[in-house]
Amino acid sequence: MRFSKLVLYFLILFNFFLSKLALSAGKAIEYPDKNWSFSSIFGTFDKASAQRGFQVYKEVCAGCHGMRLISYRNLAALGYNQDELKAIASQFEITDGPNDDGEFFTRPGRPSDKFASPYPNKKAAIAANGGAYPPDLSLIIKARPNGANYLHALLSGYVEPPKNMKVPEGMYYNKFYSGNLIAMPQPLYEDGIEYLDGTKASPDQMAIDVTTFLAWASEPELEERKQLGITVILFLIVFSILSYFSMRQIWAPIKNKN
Amino acid sequence: MSKPKFKNPVVNWIDYRLPIFTFMNHELNEYPTPKNLNYFWNFGSLAGITLVIMIVTGIVLSMNYTAHIDYAFDSVERIMRDVNHGWLLRYIHMNGASFFFIVVYIHIFRGLYYGSYKAPREILWILGVLILLLMMATAFMGYVLPWGQMSFWGATVITNLFSAIPLVGESIVTWLWGGFSVDNPTLNRFFSLHFVLPFVIVGVVILHLVALHRFGSNNPIGIDVKGKQDTIPFHPYYTIKDLFGLSVFATIFAAAVFFFPNFMGHPDNYIPANPMVTPAHIVPEWYFLPFYAILRAIPDKLGGVLFMFGAIMVLFVLPWLDKSSVRSSQFRPLYKLFFWFLVIDCIALGYLGAMPAEGIYVVLSRLATAYYFFHFLIILPLLPKIESTRPLPVSISTPIITTSSNASTVMAMREKK
Repeated sequence: MRFSKLVLYFLILFNFFLSKLALSAGKAIEYPDKNWSFSSIFGTFDKASAQRGFQVYKEVCAGCHGMRLISYRNLAALGYNQDELKAIASQFEITDGPNDDGEFFTRPGRPSDKFASPYPNKKAAIAANGGAYPPDLSLIIKARPNGANYLHALLSGYVEPPKNMKVPEGMYYNKFYSGNLIAMPQPLYEDGIEYLDGTKASPDQMAIDVTTFLAWASEPELEERKQLGITVILFLIVFSILSYFSMRQIWAPIKNKN
Repeated sequence: MSKPKFKNPVVNWIDYRLPIFTFMNHELNEYPTPKNLNYFWNFGSLAGITLVIMIVTGIVLSMNYTAHIDYAFDSVERIMRDVNHGWLLRYIHMNGASFFFIVVYIHIFRGLYYGSYKAPREILWILGVLILLLMMATAFMGYVLPWGQMSFWGATVITNLFSAIPLVGESIVTWLWGGFSVDNPTLNRFFSLHFVLPFVIVGVVILHLVALHRFGSNNPIGIDVKGKQDTIPFHPYYTIKDLFGLSVFATIFAAAVFFFPNFMGHPDNYIPANPMVTPAHIVPEWYFLPFYAILRAIPDKLGGVLFMFGAIMVLFVLPWLDKSSVRSSQFRPLYKLFFWFLVIDCIALGYLGAMPAEGIYVVLSRLATAYYFFHFLIILPLLPKIESTRPLPVSISTPIITTSSNASTVMAMREKK
């Protein structure tokens, strides 16, 4: 049939561009593929894992990495209630001001505040980290090719360097980092933190949890998007079928004449 | 007032003074259209609808966007996170650009395959190429607005192309930037132009439609409409066919928006622009890759720029390069072959544009670039001299003739032309 041929052509063309993009993006290092709860088209975030991930971020990553696009109130999406959000926010000191005397002051955080930054500014962050800027993590999963697998691999990629390799002072060997030398020291150790829900804090568990948390931070709309998407696509498929048969009916006299 | 045309007296009253309803009835309802159009003729209306989608989503996005280097990136993220369904608007707009080019490229290759650019539709074709140029400028400037790494470095690379112009190149680049580097004035003017150019496109699209309706659509067998028996009214036959095409297109579009919204984008554009850090590979959006490959294939900067623009310019003069009087590839066996070579060549150029400019890729880019121009400048003008075309049918309504006596009459008719 003519039409199926057209769809086929279209798909071939489309597929070509997609595969080409994938090629240009993924030719570097292969990361182990984790089956993320959020990666399928019906995917949702594993909220317990994301809450643990927030704990990993708060107790490990937040020492150097900010998340300037996220507010404490956004954590409601991970299942915290209002009282818990207020309690979480109030753990942080926020610089506010100027007040009526023209002074800047610190106060406990409120749910409407953005996440407190570990450094007053970018220069301070660079100076405190030997010249390397610890990137903001708000969008990190979207800002790296194959982001979730990449981050999980990176956090698990600290191994002994090859014998003939010299690792300079202030640098660390990571088998998944491009160039293998990274300025970030290994962040996750066995029982490095104590999970509130009693889960065993193995490095792999922590890497999975913090990746889930950061994936949510990058795409907080993901669940709503996929759910709406399924509705929209089902509607459009039904609509396509109806319009196809309407077309057949309207065209019938023309087709029969030929 | 003579015999009233419309049932509704108000409509008649208005139409007598402002014949807008007569116009719409003539151009959208009874407009005679060849009855043998295939699904490739859906892409014109799809392109028009995509343009409307882009303008509507774009206007709403602009209400929430801040064109300043310190706020642009965060204002886009605010749209994604805090504006009600802002993520949907932005993902439709972002993917809409890619789908606009997919649709328009298919539309263009449809025109190439069926000879839609030939007399008397030369101006229709030229207006189409003009729309493509305007789309490219608009898409390029739109990509700069989120002010991510690829936005900034893409803008830097592309605007720097103008420095290749002898003597005044550097001054032109400074003038384009509004300063000595891509900076806030650049972002401001790009936003302004990105907002206004789509309305210029609408204007050219209207001219494109006026030119189209002068002689009507070409058709798969590429011969002129001989009379009423060859056409059917646009409504309901092509309105329903376009609606069906639109619903299939919308399904594929929605799949991208809802499930793979960042597949055609580049991860680096989620890193805020940083003039001090250059990305490892600066690649343009996929729809520019064939042109990017041509640009890099030429070892000389000015030469590269000239060839890149030449790749579009050659399309403007295409109606005069292809001298064959037969339009459709169905009756031009050699042209059909070379058409598919051109398609493969363009896809190859797109692939090469995404690859690093080193080693075998450079050689292949040069060959593919050479072939692109060879197709238009050498093959097309020479082809009618060596090609024996198949006999044309008498009319759209008459089945393709096979008997030799009929064929000879057609040949005679063609001689007369």
